[in-house]
Amino acid sequence: MRTARLIWAGWKFHVKSLTLSGFFILTSVIQPIIFASVAYFMFKAGARPGTLLYVALGAGMMGIWSSTLFGSGGAIQWQRWQGTLEYCIAAPPPFLLVIVPLTLATATIGLYSLSATLLWGWLFFDVPLNVAHPVAFVVALPATVIGLGLLGLVLASSFILYRNANALSNLLEYPVWLATGLLVSLSLLPVWVGPISWVLAPTWGVNALRESAIAGNAWPEIGMCLLLGAVYLVIGYFLLEHFERLARERATLSLT
Amino acid sequence: MTSLRIFFIGGLMAYRGLINWLSPWIFIPTLVVAPIFQILLFVFIGRSAGVESDKFFVIGNAVQYASIPCLFSMTNAISGERYQQTLAYLLVSPAGRLSLFLGRAVPVVVNAMFVAAFSLVVTSLILGISIPPTTWPAIALAIAVSAFACTGLGLICAAIGLRVRETAVLNNVLFGLLLIFTGANVAVTELPEWMQWISNRIPLTHGIQAARQLADGASLADVSGLIATEFAIGIVYTVVGYQAIRLMERESRKRASVQVA
Repeated sequence: MRTARLIWAGWKFHVKSLTLSGFFILTSVIQPIIFASVAYFMFKAGARPGTLLYVALGAGMMGIWSSTLFGSGGAIQWQRWQGTLEYCIAAPPPFLLVIVPLTLATATIGLYSLSATLLWGWLFFDVPLNVAHPVAFVVALPATVIGLGLLGLVLASSFILYRNANALSNLLEYPVWLATGLLVSLSLLPVWVGPISWVLAPTWGVNALRESAIAGNAWPEIGMCLLLGAVYLVIGYFLLEHFERLARERATLSLT
Repeated sequence: MTSLRIFFIGGLMAYRGLINWLSPWIFIPTLVVAPIFQILLFVFIGRSAGVESDKFFVIGNAVQYASIPCLFSMTNAISGERYQQTLAYLLVSPAGRLSLFLGRAVPVVVNAMFVAAFSLVVTSLILGISIPPTTWPAIALAIAVSAFACTGLGLICAAIGLRVRETAVLNNVLFGLLLIFTGANVAVTELPEWMQWISNRIPLTHGIQAARQLADGASLADVSGLIATEFAIGIVYTVVGYQAIRLMERESRKRASVQVA
């Protein structure tokens, strides 16, 4: 019960805090709208308008990935810069429970992008907003956020070993958009990309949203999102333990 | 002589001092790898949508990605002084403003040319796109003029950066808008009329068109009109950017807000 309350309070705090950041609003709203617009024009020019909802969902998921990547990738570094990392680690709850609400919040902020691309597409590009399986869609959204948020935990705990975490985030934005089939069918990519896409939550998240919106069975994808989330949680736990031990041993906790 | 020294040496020193991207740990992920993946992403979206050729997206995005160094570096090279708390010393110096500010644009243009040319060569090799070797010098000229024009836009951003705080947000928005309006991914003729009107008045549009035509075998004479238009747009943006910086300088003196970040 205490754990749930801690995660809930932390999540709420970080969602509010990130919503006040111009950079995050840009990443999660304007940028996906721009990419969605480019994709709408391209698919319209290619005379395949039936795929516009597919594009809108993919572009929205691009925003969720970007906000998770930049938010979680720099999460621990920001705590360092703000001088709050020591307090977070010294607090009685395990550090994992302090960081998880933050990484979940960065993925949640991405929901702004999904709403923005769907609304933008509906207003200006006649994208139909009929969801074939509303129940599955409503379940797929939090499952996707949890999957990506916990992937964010892995990013947060591994990027900390790299001083220029933002540059690493820049590096990973496009490749993951590409490899997870957000706007491109995976069948068009080389075969070796397949296994990479399987271990990335955005692949299953976007498929879950598409299956539930366009008609299909979204439940296996939702299950995969949650399963991958559990795996990320275990990996993130060990990485954080490792980071915390090294930082204490070397007295580098507050060094930027 | 002093002005030339400030223009070239001062410009280079300011660039090295203020642009932390020059560290390979930032430069390689951001300006070498990222443009390659941006190009690949749009190539595959193009294939998925069944529109245009790979070459169309490779050239369009390679030239368009030059806007990242043009916008971000140019903004940092001037408004970065404010964050370093050195702007007041700079403005109080007797150095000529033209050489002081425009000198900082030269390394930006060179860097942008490198980014565009490198990503163009690498993705052409990856995707097996053949561009006749004889056309490379002319394409390099188109890239150089495009980088110059976009740096003019960067100067305007630098001026705004002397007043507003969130320059990264501004530059990211502009980068995204250039992705749509320059015709890098959607032919300008496919855009609505009001968008075409804007496209024809911003940097990169004509440079991208010129580079595409050159890669398809056109001669430099065939695209001279496009390159001249791109250059003229660059001159206009540079003049506007320079005047905007001077205006911000005067305003910040009046309001005593030179160092207020």
